[in-house]
Amino acid sequence: MNQSNEPNTHPLAAIQSMVRACIQCGTCTGSCPNADEMDLTPRHMWRRVIMGHLDRIMTSRTFILCSDCYTCTLRCPRGLPLTDAMEMLKGIAFARQEKKHRHPRHFYEQFLATVRRHGRIRELEFMSRYFTTVRNPMVPLRFAPMGLKLIQKGKVELGFGHATDTPLAPLFDKVAAMDQAAPESAAEEDQA
Amino acid sequence: MNYFYYPGCSLTGSAREYDLATRAVLAAAGATLTEIDDWTCCGASAAAPISHLLSLSLSARNLALAEGMASDGDVLVPCSACYLNLKKAHTVLKTDADGRARINAALSAVNLTARGRGRVRHLLDVLATDLGSGGLAPLMARSLSGLSVAPYYGCQCLRPFVEFDNPERPVSMAPLIEATGADVFAWEMGARCCGAALVNTQPEAGLKRVAAILRAAKGADLIVTVCPMCQINLDAWQAKASRIAGEDLSISVLYLPQLLGLAMGLSAEALGLNLNLVILEGVREKIER
Repeated sequence: MNQSNEPNTHPLAAIQSMVRACIQCGTCTGSCPNADEMDLTPRHMWRRVIMGHLDRIMTSRTFILCSDCYTCTLRCPRGLPLTDAMEMLKGIAFARQEKKHRHPRHFYEQFLATVRRHGRIRELEFMSRYFTTVRNPMVPLRFAPMGLKLIQKGKVELGFGHATDTPLAPLFDKVAAMDQAAPESAAEEDQA
Repeated sequence: MNYFYYPGCSLTGSAREYDLATRAVLAAAGATLTEIDDWTCCGASAAAPISHLLSLSLSARNLALAEGMASDGDVLVPCSACYLNLKKAHTVLKTDADGRARINAALSAVNLTARGRGRVRHLLDVLATDLGSGGLAPLMARSLSGLSVAPYYGCQCLRPFVEFDNPERPVSMAPLIEATGADVFAWEMGARCCGAALVNTQPEAGLKRVAAILRAAKGADLIVTVCPMCQINLDAWQAKASRIAGEDLSISVLYLPQLLGLAMGLSAEALGLNLNLVILEGVREKIER
């Protein structure tokens, strides 16, 4: 079960096996609504993954710009799970705490921390914790006009009078323990 | 028709009007919604990159709760992102014995077991397939003729699971819009990504996606959506997208059940119309007669 704990397993091994059949046709790039913002096109990214260029991949913003629209996955002539592969690249970058991707990582982590504490998302608590972790005054300023509009409409959970509060710490902890025991199984499930 | 209802976090916060309109329209159409007791977040797009198993388990917790409730029925989900997450978990539970064992090992920490019974259904699927334009048309109390409506589907109710519509050129909303008496605006952007969370995490990229969709909708009176993420991107960020694009891209954006409810004669209040950020005056006059 624990092959992944062997020291010579490449960090990209699971994703390599997902995209190994790529024929570099470029359908993914042509289909991607965000390709024009990417430093590596999706097609280029799969080539880099197969070549094992971890450092170059980790400094890329390509996978961060994937908006999970599944157009590439739908159109890939080899039927490869490309959106899932982008998601796993995000996961590797977050696990390695890549400095370049710390804002989205904090965003995701604070979102999940809120879910862990309450079971459901609470926008105000989530956003204030996110702003605290990024420590960049420009970020809250960017959200302020929208936040005010939504608060005026009563569309933001302000944190009082909750009907439900279901802490999910036991579930989160159990999953963390299972992931630690067999971290590769996530990739295997993706290919199933 | 009985459904287990999974609103998801958006529908209790920034998308409350979607929740109100969904409940009102389905009740008027004779469908029974039973909200899943003690439902929790599906993990959104945040869980999967951190832990694939966590993403599946958070969604499966809600399926397990639905399975534990008395009556039968499909799980009905209005939010496309929640729909996709629940559907992914449901698919693993149903088709992958090892995956099911792992999910249930995780769920044992909260004393639950999920089997993958029933089906996970998007609201649009239920409206288009179970009720259908034929079922809804007799309920229409007035005609919204003269209104041109651009159907916006977004991504995750169509892809990667191809369940009820063409994932490239979806058409399922057209007969529903026509049943209200409104015209369907012909455009190519209905299945184009709205940028999703990029509007928050990479705004320069996300706002370009929003601007392109709004620009293509010029000439329509309004856009209808079936996803809280699509809705907030097109509705709440259109002022900023207009500024960046250097042109006025403002357009009214309603949820599909809000449009249906208006034609069914339900009140603006019951449909949460006061909660939409942008409803232009000309359109308001046409829809709130």
